[in-house]
Amino acid sequence: MENQKINILLIDDEEEFISTLAERLELRGYQCRTAGDGESGIQMIENERFDIAILDLMMPGLNGLDTLRQIKTTNKELPVILLTGHGSTKDGMEGMRLGAFDFLIKPLDIYVLIEKIKSALNPQ
Amino acid sequence: MFKNLKSPLFFLQKTPRTRYTVLNRNITIIMLLITIIPLTCMLVINNFQYKTHLRNQIMAPLYAMSEKTRHSFEIFMDQRLAIVRFISATYSVENLGSKQVIQKILSSLKKERYGFVDIGLINAKGDLVSYVGPYSLLGKNYSEQISFQETQIKGQYISNVFLGYRKYPHIVIAVQVIKDNGETWVLRATIDTDFFDNLISSMGLERSSDAFLVNSAGILQTNSLYYGNTLEKCPLRLPSNGYKSRGIETKDGNNRDIIIVSSGFSIADYILVIVQPQSVALKSWYALKTEMIIIFLISLTIIIFAIIQMTAVLIKRIKTSDEHRENVLIELQHAQKLSSIGRLAAGVAHEINNPLAIINEKAGLMMDLIELSTQFNQKSKFSELTKSIVTSVDRCRRITHRLLGFSKRIDVKIEPIQINTIIHEVIEFLEKDILYRKLEVNINLSDSLVPILSDHGQLQQVFLNLLTNAFAVVEDGLGRVDIETKNIQNKGVSIKITDNGGGIPKKIIKNIFDPFFTTKKDKGTGLGLSISYGIITKLGGEIFVESEIGKGSVFTILLPEKTNEMEGKNGKPEN
Repeated sequence: MENQKINILLIDDEEEFISTLAERLELRGYQCRTAGDGESGIQMIENERFDIAILDLMMPGLNGLDTLRQIKTTNKELPVILLTGHGSTKDGMEGMRLGAFDFLIKPLDIYVLIEKIKSALNPQ
Repeated sequence: MFKNLKSPLFFLQKTPRTRYTVLNRNITIIMLLITIIPLTCMLVINNFQYKTHLRNQIMAPLYAMSEKTRHSFEIFMDQRLAIVRFISATYSVENLGSKQVIQKILSSLKKERYGFVDIGLINAKGDLVSYVGPYSLLGKNYSEQISFQETQIKGQYISNVFLGYRKYPHIVIAVQVIKDNGETWVLRATIDTDFFDNLISSMGLERSSDAFLVNSAGILQTNSLYYGNTLEKCPLRLPSNGYKSRGIETKDGNNRDIIIVSSGFSIADYILVIVQPQSVALKSWYALKTEMIIIFLISLTIIIFAIIQMTAVLIKRIKTSDEHRENVLIELQHAQKLSSIGRLAAGVAHEINNPLAIINEKAGLMMDLIELSTQFNQKSKFSELTKSIVTSVDRCRRITHRLLGFSKRIDVKIEPIQINTIIHEVIEFLEKDILYRKLEVNINLSDSLVPILSDHGQLQQVFLNLLTNAFAVVEDGLGRVDIETKNIQNKGVSIKITDNGGGIPKKIIKNIFDPFFTTKKDKGTGLGLSISYGIITKLGGEIFVESEIGKGSVFTILLPEKTNEMEGKNGKPEN
């Protein structure tokens, strides 16, 4: 699969973080769209086609896990990678139980993230 | 903080040492009082009751003997009196006046061994007109004698003992004989007193006892062993006179404690007296009393000894439990401190993580841009600088992760965990120690170790305790600690921590998991291993130790894949 065709949705309330991460991914040939909260993220998934979503668990308003639940009810096949600033793996584990592909702890290593994206899109 | 927890036992505001001494003293005194007072009361009451009982037991046979003997005497005298009365009734005065007749009567009486010595007849004027016997008393006048006067008044008379003309103790029995012309004559017989002695000796008294007769004036009527001979004055003060037996306890002239039992005769002026020394009478009592006192003293000694020992043990227990309580409180305080530090650390770490993530991404983007751009001035320099930023961010990330990891120890959470990760975390925490002390740490972890459901924070604490202990017992520069993990078929995982320290002596190895057991003196609370043991047991695992002096110790922990608390819940392991 070629990078150009991959659409990624980034959902995180940290504007600075998400825009920079999007830029870095775009440098690597991915197409990125960002959402500043859970609600707008869900709306975007309903309206547009994405290959994968990257979702922060700690957000004001609709939190990461609830957002994930809603995504999974409407769009079960969409792979979701969770991000957490929390040292605890508990929410990450809970997210995986709800159907997330994996979770990563912030700050991120971009290469690890890309590996995860690749393996999420090419199971095996 | 301990003020509020002061036990009511320590109402005395003293320093701890005197507080325990005072407590010890008070308990000892109270216990001694409540045991010795009833014991002493019992001894006194028993003493009194036994004495009363024994006195009755002793007096009763004395009274019986006295009554019996008096009765024998009375029968004896009554019999003699009856014989004399019979003679006076059978024979006329004229007959009795004939020497042949009374000679025949006397010889008949002597044959019967009644103790008759002589017989005489006294006329109304008191002259002895007829006499047969060993002495020549014929013609003597008896009108002034009490025996004659008493007989004239009462009709019969039994005299006290007297020596008379013959200087041999005897008694007189006289009865009135009334002549046809109305004159009252007197028939008078003398009896020797050998029979008295026979009767007294037949009482079977002990050697130290005495029995004798006195008259109401206190003149001895028989010989006494201790108080004089016949007709001497008896030195004893007798119980009040009467026909019934009476007893008193008194002292005699030789200051001996004696019991006197006396009993008066009804037919003559005689009193039977039995004297028994108290020491004989109460010999059994004294023996019993001595035994009781010995038993009392032995019991007293045992009680005092037991109380002192028991109190000492009690005080020691109280002291130990106080110390334990204080240790627990210190540990609790320590845990609370750790807990608040943990919470603070978690908050700080969380807040810092987000800006760190931004710095990380910004620096990452800079690196990306530098790499993508064509050659420009100082490109390599910029590249290095951004790399350095990313490295520093990574260091910060590790610090915040460690802080968050340790804060989790406070709360109990069952979750899917990787033992290897926890071991790495703990080793990371102890890295500086390992480095400074130049210790060799071999980490041999199984790559295929199965994830288990357990408590991350609690296990972190257990490994930290065990590794800290292992590091504490090995020598700087030479110390080696091996950590090994592996799967156990269908059972979970095992974690083995081996050190090359001094080993644990056999004597104490069974105590090392006990709370408050420590060999670190002031430095240890003695809680580390017991907490570890408690955690492992709670998580459904096992912990045991093997040790060899001089070679080191091996702590092995077995953990199940699921703890009991998680059974029924569905957990997905961490990848």
